Amino acid sequence: MRITQGTFSYLPDLTDDEIRAQVQYSIDQGWAVAVEFSDDPHPRNVLWEMWGLPMFGIADAAAAMHEVSGCRAAYPGHYIRVSAYDASLGRQTTALSFIVNRPAAEPGFRLDRQEASDRRIRYSLHPHATDQPAGERYGSVSAAPGNVMPNGVRGGS
Amino acid sequence: MSAGAEPVPRGFAMPRPGPPAGEGPADGADPADGTVLAGAADPVGGTVLADGADPADGTVLAGAADPVGGTVLAGGADPAGLEPLAPDDTVDLAAQEQALRISQLLGRLDAEFIGLAPVKDRVREIAALLLIDRLRGRYGLTSSRPSLHMCFTGSPGTGKTTVATHMGELLRELGYLRKGQLVSVTRDDLVGQYVGHTAPKTKEVLKRAMGGVLLIDEAYYLYRPENERDYGQESIEILLQFMEAHREDLVVILAGYADRMDTFFRSNPGMASRIAHHIDFPDFTLDELLQIGEKMLERGQYRLSPAAGEAFAEYVRLRMSQPRFANARSIRNAIDRLRLRQARRLVAAGGVLARGDLMEISAEDVRASRVFRDADRAGGDRGGLAGKPAPPAPS
Repeated sequence: MRITQGTFSYLPDLTDDEIRAQVQYSIDQGWAVAVEFSDDPHPRNVLWEMWGLPMFGIADAAAAMHEVSGCRAAYPGHYIRVSAYDASLGRQTTALSFIVNRPAAEPGFRLDRQEASDRRIRYSLHPHATDQPAGERYGSVSAAPGNVMPNGVRGGS
Repeated sequence: MSAGAEPVPRGFAMPRPGPPAGEGPADGADPADGTVLAGAADPVGGTVLADGADPADGTVLAGAADPVGGTVLAGGADPAGLEPLAPDDTVDLAAQEQALRISQLLGRLDAEFIGLAPVKDRVREIAALLLIDRLRGRYGLTSSRPSLHMCFTGSPGTGKTTVATHMGELLRELGYLRKGQLVSVTRDDLVGQYVGHTAPKTKEVLKRAMGGVLLIDEAYYLYRPENERDYGQESIEILLQFMEAHREDLVVILAGYADRMDTFFRSNPGMASRIAHHIDFPDFTLDELLQIGEKMLERGQYRLSPAAGEAFAEYVRLRMSQPRFANARSIRNAIDRLRLRQARRLVAAGGVLARGDLMEISAEDVRASRVFRDADRAGGDRGGLAGKPAPPAPS
């Protein structure tokens, strides 16, 4: 099941050139671009892990693309998204957010039904991927999140 | 669409050999651009969309009516002409050059910088390569972006930093850089203070400089041979890696004094070989320095009285032979001091002033300089500046 979320969820996956154009647009608007990744695709999981800090003060999309490709290389089997923060309103506002990388196979979700009192049914979505511990989902063999920092330096050095 | 019967003004008079079949502005629809023109209203071409549907770009871009975004996507509206050419087509080089405004750009470079022949030569070469590469591309020949990393060496005040500042803009206008911003850094901005600090710090700086120019002033401080645990080496390694991998996105300029730069390159041969352009900035001649001074005064809306002009020429000649002469920087400092002395003279004199008085620097402002006194003293007793080349006597 192809998971969609974010700004261009209704479009096919963007190509690198399209991603670059969107990132350049964000930079030109004065938004800070950040790269985030996750292997927990539940739609209510909004807090993904950050790949480095948001990029303040960059002028060209090439810098963000460098980080995207770095993140892809480290987490090929994860969902990766690019977010742009608009600080002009004085609070953290996501102006743009879209998926730039997804695992090769996406097993999708299971619908769980829970019997509650008075024959009521509670529903919940259970991503099949989360049956595995974090870092081992989607056939990923990469290190668990948090152990490798964006610059390739092992944590704790 | 029959309203757009008149030809679309293109803003350039370039013969366009071998136009794609069916291309004709008569019907207002330009198949080469893939965009639909609403009449001939737009001189740039291809930006006014008749129905908002742009067959050329399926991507969602902010503002399809944005003239910049529109022209970039439309491609065919580029004044340089990017349509492919057939193998037996010929192109008029002069028209191409005009379309890219190269001579205009080089003319401005000539006007803005005095002297600096090696720099201008190199920029001219880069501009010529751009022109030829564009044409090669249109004939379907391969053209790869040349490595543009540079190393500026020269004495203090020969304009290394100033040229680097303009280089970003220049390369952007030549089409080699997308943004052309200048990020000027020194060792402190690149090298961290503890293990694991250097790599993110250097990368942060490199990311900010992408699309533009990274100027590393006094680059030899990056490498400290006396301390083998110095993190500078780590920074250099990341720099090298970026310079190689992101040749398209970034131009690195190292600036510094020639002798120390040589030592730096000797201990980092990888760096020397990755830099294609080693440009040596010559010292300015007396004439060039005077022209620079004149330009600085003009920019500051000052002028020298005729007598002051003579005195200033003499001043520069004396100053050149004195120790710690820093070319254009010394001239700039001298002019700052002239302004101070002029202000003091005007305030001390009091009375009524006109606009011209505020602009004019008189001979006495120049003659009050310490340089003349030192020169007199050196002329009186020859031992005044022992070990230094004796300045010529002032008159």
